[in-house]
Amino acid sequence: MAKTLAEKVWEAHVVRRAAGEPDLLYIDLHLVHEVTSPQAFDGLRAAGRGVRRPDLTLATEDHNVPTIDILAPIADPISRAQVEALRVNCAEFGVPIYSLGNIEQGIVHVVGPQLGLTQPGMTVVCGDSHTSTHGAFGALAFGIGTSEVEHVLATQTLPLKPFKTMAITVDGELPVGVSAKDITLAVIARIGTGGGQGYVLEYRGSAIRALSMEGRMTVCNMSIEAGARAGMIAPDATTFEYLKGRDHAPTGADWEAAVAYWSTLPSDQDAAFDAEVFIDASTLSPFVTWGTNPGQGLPLSGSVPSPEDAKDEVDRVAIERALEYMGLTAGMPLRDITVDTVFVGSCTNGRIEDLRAVAEVLQGRTVDPRVRMLVVPGSVRVKHQAEAEGLDVIIRAAGAEWREAGCSMCLAMNPDKLAPGERSASTSNRNFEGRQGPGGRTHLVSPAVAAATAITGHLAAPADL
Amino acid sequence: MDAFITHTGTAAPLRRSNVDTDQIIPAEYLKRITRHGFEDGLFAAWRKDPDFVLNRPEYQGVTILVAGPDFGTGSSREHAVWALQDYGFMVVLSSRFADIFRGNSGKGGLLTAMLEQSDIERLWEAIEADPALPVTVDLDRREVRAGDLTATFEVDDYVRWRLMEGLDDIGITLQQAEAITEFEGRRPSFLPTTA
Repeated sequence: MAKTLAEKVWEAHVVRRAAGEPDLLYIDLHLVHEVTSPQAFDGLRAAGRGVRRPDLTLATEDHNVPTIDILAPIADPISRAQVEALRVNCAEFGVPIYSLGNIEQGIVHVVGPQLGLTQPGMTVVCGDSHTSTHGAFGALAFGIGTSEVEHVLATQTLPLKPFKTMAITVDGELPVGVSAKDITLAVIARIGTGGGQGYVLEYRGSAIRALSMEGRMTVCNMSIEAGARAGMIAPDATTFEYLKGRDHAPTGADWEAAVAYWSTLPSDQDAAFDAEVFIDASTLSPFVTWGTNPGQGLPLSGSVPSPEDAKDEVDRVAIERALEYMGLTAGMPLRDITVDTVFVGSCTNGRIEDLRAVAEVLQGRTVDPRVRMLVVPGSVRVKHQAEAEGLDVIIRAAGAEWREAGCSMCLAMNPDKLAPGERSASTSNRNFEGRQGPGGRTHLVSPAVAAATAITGHLAAPADL
Repeated sequence: MDAFITHTGTAAPLRRSNVDTDQIIPAEYLKRITRHGFEDGLFAAWRKDPDFVLNRPEYQGVTILVAGPDFGTGSSREHAVWALQDYGFMVVLSSRFADIFRGNSGKGGLLTAMLEQSDIERLWEAIEADPALPVTVDLDRREVRAGDLTATFEVDDYVRWRLMEGLDDIGITLQQAEAITEFEGRRPSFLPTTA
């Protein structure tokens, strides 16, 4: 029977199948960070259990870590205790860890792929919803809660109910200045924050094929914002090219065997999806969010919507509440929205290509003096590469701050936060109320829009400069 | 985990859609390394408003939350489930839940029951008219009863069985240790390790 990419990966990992029970799935890679793991390790200790496969587990410190003075003890005692708990737990259970100061440290979803640990056809989990990022390689990758973290640590498996599949086909050529981030924001605006619920999304079509691995990771990363636990893209020459030669990529005969296997993974021609969405890439333009969930987005050329435009009562209340929280009035052109802070970084847009896009716009220009701009690389490796390319010089010369690697202002667990009422344009993934600091107001944007916004002081695309 | 068969308590109406996990418990509260004590973080930003439903005297002691659609969207933080439970909630009713939140709830013993939005609206009206109205959530019969209102709800069969038996997932899986070892013997050699 014809199968989709997701179904092939699923079937290859079934340890046990029994009627009336979820499938027991084997997990090839378990990524761990400090926030969602301490209670899981405590659970193991309480039950006298060990970590079954520390060699398929990798920890890094990212959510809490400061982005300045990283070698000094973490100032916030609670953050410090959490990072220290991870170090102690990893030492006790034999789990490899990349701590602050290590060249491999960084955001868990940037670190896995750049080490070559994320490969096509694998199952990848992490106690973080943006684990969907790894689906860019044709892996089945999804976020899990702390109980499941404990489950995977103890058994290297998870009991799971099969997902439905949804094909999202983006065909055609993206206009100049439109990026992977704009694709994903447009997809979420189209299907809604609950539209992907219960599905694995498979992104297909010529516009997806044309994306780099970095762009594909951005698209898959945001799948969760449409309610889908996982997003996938079939592996192809771009994927193999990215992987070849990376630290944990196969070599020699193993490489040949792996490529032969990976080449069997794309969805069969006649495979059926449970749902399909089509998007014409040539109609897309830079996208920004105006509200308090990632589905509340519009093309930058648009205006703030009115509660009158709502499709039903629930939606009307949601728009009204979002406008109040965001301090916006209906009908206002999105380009007139001024910002206080611009944040570039996160597992969505903290990779080298994102920093290149930002530097390209900032080159020879200056950040508006009323705007604070933070650029936070996704990993130490990304930071080093950017510095080797001279991007940091351009970014600093424009007046932006160049920081150390971590999740930073995406979720404000470290000192990088918005003040109440402060407004940001952010390359991160969530514009929820208070996400970037209590009372903070977030507009999600692409790296290029972030840079243009920093220069003009209001939401803008590079074409506006 | 305690077995859940039926629960009767009072309920609070949360007339909001897309209640994301950052609203249920802001990231600031996730720095703790304990499994309990998250009740102060529950809806922390909204609870600063004296008019917020959980601050109103008539909704003190509630154990059932009746929420708008797409409850629990966003992050994978299980702290959202723990915060609801630590506050005293046993059940959340909504017409649609985010997947990860719903999965996490089942693990921790918080029942998330999916009702038609029209039933949610009727429940909202009933518990707003009479906040002391006892609401019964019957997992055995998959039914919510409040006054003269009866509504059926959807819950996954396997999750229902586990909740009613109070079973721990890891214990169930470890019974399959042999199958796991056998599977490991078949994994291709090109797969990476972190060592």
